Amino acid sequence: MTRLELVAVGASWGGLRAIETVLGYLPEDFGAAVVIAQHRQSGGQEGMLEHLLDARCALTVSEAEDKQRLAPGAVLVAPADYHLLVERGAVSLSVDAPLHFSRPSIDVLLGSAADAYGAGTTGVLLTGANADGAVGLAKIAARGGTAIVQNPETAERREMPEAALWATPEARVLELEQIGPALVELAASSAGSLP
Amino acid sequence: MALRVSGDAHEARERLEIELLLEAIQRAYGYDFRGYAVASLRRRLWHRVYGEGLETISGLQERILHEPACMDRLLRDLSINVTEMFRDPSFHRALRAHVFPLLRTYPFIRVWNAGCSTGEEIYSVAIALHEEGLLERTRIYATDIDEAALERARSGAFPLERMQFYTENYQRAGGKESFSRYYSTDGNVARFDPALAAGTVFAQHNLVTDGSFNEFQLIVCRNVLIYFGAELQEKVLGLFGASMTRLGVLALGRKESLRHSRHADEYEPIVEAEKIFRRRA
Repeated sequence: MTRLELVAVGASWGGLRAIETVLGYLPEDFGAAVVIAQHRQSGGQEGMLEHLLDARCALTVSEAEDKQRLAPGAVLVAPADYHLLVERGAVSLSVDAPLHFSRPSIDVLLGSAADAYGAGTTGVLLTGANADGAVGLAKIAARGGTAIVQNPETAERREMPEAALWATPEARVLELEQIGPALVELAASSAGSLP
Repeated sequence: MALRVSGDAHEARERLEIELLLEAIQRAYGYDFRGYAVASLRRRLWHRVYGEGLETISGLQERILHEPACMDRLLRDLSINVTEMFRDPSFHRALRAHVFPLLRTYPFIRVWNAGCSTGEEIYSVAIALHEEGLLERTRIYATDIDEAALERARSGAFPLERMQFYTENYQRAGGKESFSRYYSTDGNVARFDPALAAGTVFAQHNLVTDGSFNEFQLIVCRNVLIYFGAELQEKVLGLFGASMTRLGVLALGRKESLRHSRHADEYEPIVEAEKIFRRRA
């Protein structure tokens, strides 16, 4: 099977707690890079989200800078008021117009992840109150990557996971607490397949 | 269109189509987008593909080669950056507090706003220079690749609906006056006082292919380099270095960094968090 190289996560309303839960399960030696787009207010306290997450999980979490390298076990979060895009081996930022009123846009992040890493990508869509991310996640699935959606029934807000499932019916539906362990398993099984 | 070909084959074919398109554009029109960051470029190319009612990037290539007007439309897609007045107020506050005192030591000041797009940043900087009594001895060179964007910048007219937001930005950026004194209302646009741009030279300049044209005490280039790939960034940073006076100041966007650049050692931070650097002696 294709090696898991990149985990791309999108979340909106209620996302901080959900992201924290998912990252909390990932060990320091997690074998894939992680990128996150969480809808956030521009002009909010800069770096707060990253500090919180960094303090509460084993991985290194930082706000993405342009052309920052992707590395296994390193988590890059989209800065407020920028789109975060994945290139092969690094990230880029853009100030293109907001999509669905959102910058960062989850569709932009997940779509670019699918372009850069194809089947080596796992997309994760968490709680949220809009439809951002559905198109991006479908693209990951279409390119042979893995699509994971938080169970809308138990998510803090169900709209975003529901929209994702409508666009990608074959996505794996997991409880929030199951997503981290599933990522660990994906990373481990794919690492084992290497010579 | 075969959407469900395997991901890798899809990727390889699309990459080939993009490479051929950029090569064609370069040879037919002289614009060189080959060093641009691929992810954003890909989005904008597809935006144009759909905007033309086409289905593939190869289809876009055909139209561009046969219809120069289509190239103009793509150029606009590829070059217009969404900007705002006093974007990142803390940056503009830092500029006033830490850079203007350096500029004040020169009898004549030259500022380059590289990639000025539709001009919001020029007027922001000009207003601050005016309030600090420096505008009269400053010449601002405002350049962009896109002539249509420059035309809008020259007009100094921005959407009236944005003024409430810009007023807040202006105040947070350390503005000293009532913001509304700088513009007059004309229908649904706010038309800025032409005196603000009297010392500004608007000129088409392509950071990728054009060279150095003057020496500046301050170069402002915010959220432009993010659209370039790492190698092209190096080249443009070299151009900035060659276009700067001794101890010149370089201001980049908040999330742009010199850290990974070959040119990193040539600069020291003035305000690290705002990405304001000074060239070492």
